[in-house]
Amino acid sequence: MTAIKPLALTASVIALSAGLAHADSTPALMFDLGGKFDKSFNEAAYNGAERWRAETGGSYREIEMQAAAQRVQFARRLAEAGSNPVVVMGFQNAPTLEEVAPDYPDTSFVLIDAVVDLPNVRSVIFAEHEGSYLVGMLAAMATETNTISFVGGMEIPLITAFACGYAQGAKAVNPDINIIVNYTGDTPAAWNDPVRGGEIARAQFSQGSDIVFAAAGGTGLGVLQAAADAGLRSIGVDSNQNYLHPGSVLTSMLKLVDQAVYDAFSEGPGLETGIVLMDLAAGGVGYSLDEYNADMISDQMQEAVEAAKAAIIAGELGVHDYRTDSVCPAF
Amino acid sequence: MSAGRIPNWADVTLVPLFSVALAFALSAVLIWAIGESPWDAVKLMVQGAFGSSYGWGYTLFYATNFIFTGLAVAVAFQARLFNIGGEGQALLGGLGVALVCLYIPWPHWSLALIAASLGAALFGAAWAIIPGYLQARRGSHIVITTIMFNFIAASLLGYILVNVLRVRGSQDPASPRFPAEVALPKLHEMLALVGIPFSRVPPVNISLLLAIFMCFAVWFMLWRTRLGYQIRAFGESEPAAEYAGISPARITIYVMLISGALAGLMAVNSVMGEQQRLVLNAVEGAGFIGIAVALMGRNHPFGVFLAAILFGFLYQGGAELALWMSIPRELIVVIQALVILFTGALDNMVRMPIARLFALRGGR
Repeated sequence: MTAIKPLALTASVIALSAGLAHADSTPALMFDLGGKFDKSFNEAAYNGAERWRAETGGSYREIEMQAAAQRVQFARRLAEAGSNPVVVMGFQNAPTLEEVAPDYPDTSFVLIDAVVDLPNVRSVIFAEHEGSYLVGMLAAMATETNTISFVGGMEIPLITAFACGYAQGAKAVNPDINIIVNYTGDTPAAWNDPVRGGEIARAQFSQGSDIVFAAAGGTGLGVLQAAADAGLRSIGVDSNQNYLHPGSVLTSMLKLVDQAVYDAFSEGPGLETGIVLMDLAAGGVGYSLDEYNADMISDQMQEAVEAAKAAIIAGELGVHDYRTDSVCPAF
Repeated sequence: MSAGRIPNWADVTLVPLFSVALAFALSAVLIWAIGESPWDAVKLMVQGAFGSSYGWGYTLFYATNFIFTGLAVAVAFQARLFNIGGEGQALLGGLGVALVCLYIPWPHWSLALIAASLGAALFGAAWAIIPGYLQARRGSHIVITTIMFNFIAASLLGYILVNVLRVRGSQDPASPRFPAEVALPKLHEMLALVGIPFSRVPPVNISLLLAIFMCFAVWFMLWRTRLGYQIRAFGESEPAAEYAGISPARITIYVMLISGALAGLMAVNSVMGEQQRLVLNAVEGAGFIGIAVALMGRNHPFGVFLAAILFGFLYQGGAELALWMSIPRELIVVIQALVILFTGALDNMVRMPIARLFALRGGR
């Protein structure tokens, strides 16, 4: 190994930016290519880290990438700088940690959204299909046109799993329901294109949909706005977005990435590794109910959803995960 | 060319140098304005990019990408064709590399490198020939068609990665990993042969030599062959070239083929040399950086080489900046944009005073 050179450089850099970089187990957060303020996945992680900072008064290091070549580079640099634990966002970083983590056995790594089987890596995965199933049920019960729709960011298995869970939940309530599924684009811009999101939502409304579920990062904000403008309803994603358009956002499919980051930072170095499944049972996914949407979710709807939730947790009701075999029974 | 009063050497050295200096000065003001020390930032960037073989390795890795895409834009621009489809052509080049590496069992990396280079160039060229044909035969403007083809390429790659190449059961839209036999030798392995120690970490690899070779090849093609003469003549004046018996349609298509092939070759470095698999959005804007690199390098292969190193420095130095100072990623993009603005758009702002200076000296 020629780790000496980078180490020497790191040391000089730390000396140079003294006060900014304390060695010794500052936690670190490495965002995925979407960037810190993507209104979605990465921003949720940022919020979790900020919550930890506010509550503990600690400090953490964070880094955004510009290029995929920086994945390994940054993960290494964070570990070398003594950051611990290092939280790494995104399934595309699974190969990154497979390469980097074995070289730093004393550093704990946390990977969000994928599994890496190494002794010093905690892999946090979410059961997005289960949460989507519940909001799909709510949508099917709330629709007046018997047509609901979905706006995804990019047509990748992760997002199709949202769509598939949503469709399964809706069909469980009403097997004849009409479900329109569209995706925003194929470039990273697809995650942050609210104008296009709004256009797609309006096109779906013109086809009869009156409830739209957006799983498209920042693009979703345009979808929610379009629904509010048209006097129709929408479903938010990742964090609780009910407050954005009270009376229009029916509910939000929660994916508590912030909680996963917060937990990792709180547990600190030497955190428990292995697979952490953030599913309905663990409270990692779910649907949101608060004062902004209480009027739209009737007791009857809530009962039905809670029953399904209990059945899923108990293992009596299985929601198919599209990612396991690339097939969706509800399409 | 356009600057009659400036000696050629000053046009290719002084003007870009002053432009870059101005861009850096303005960046320093920006860094100071957000409450950081510009001096520390510059030190960190230079240290991070050139202060160790580790930094050099990353700088050269990024530079390799930019040489390919910069050459692609430069060649097209010699014929006054603005190929801004380097992004899409490089994406398709990546597909070519992946197919060659995945579906043919190679006994040795050297054979694989030749075949993958051909695959990358072929796919890149194939993607560029359609806009080239539309321009040559139908008069559809190349700027419009090439940029549209970037999106089509992204969609095509998305489809192929999700539905064809993806490992079954994996949620990552990426091809399987290439076999170990096709791993390209990294720079540290090559330098070790001559006894020079170099950091093992950075992904810089033998493609760097390929890129430098392509610089020479492009220079030779443009200034030492009949085709190159025709390309430059066509670029200077289409009617004159046509009068001289040069077919505009033929030149347009040839130039786009060469340009697309060069852009496609970028994938040899990023896909085969670094990622070792094809991932979504593998080009990451290098196609667009190529435009800036060509602008700055005055569409000359040697200029492209230097400009690519500068942008490699901005990428790697910028990464260090983001890592160790609280300077957000966006500011690094701003610095890059300033460099582009000053070297490309505000070219005359620098050139005219310099021209005046030379005129003064000449008049004395």
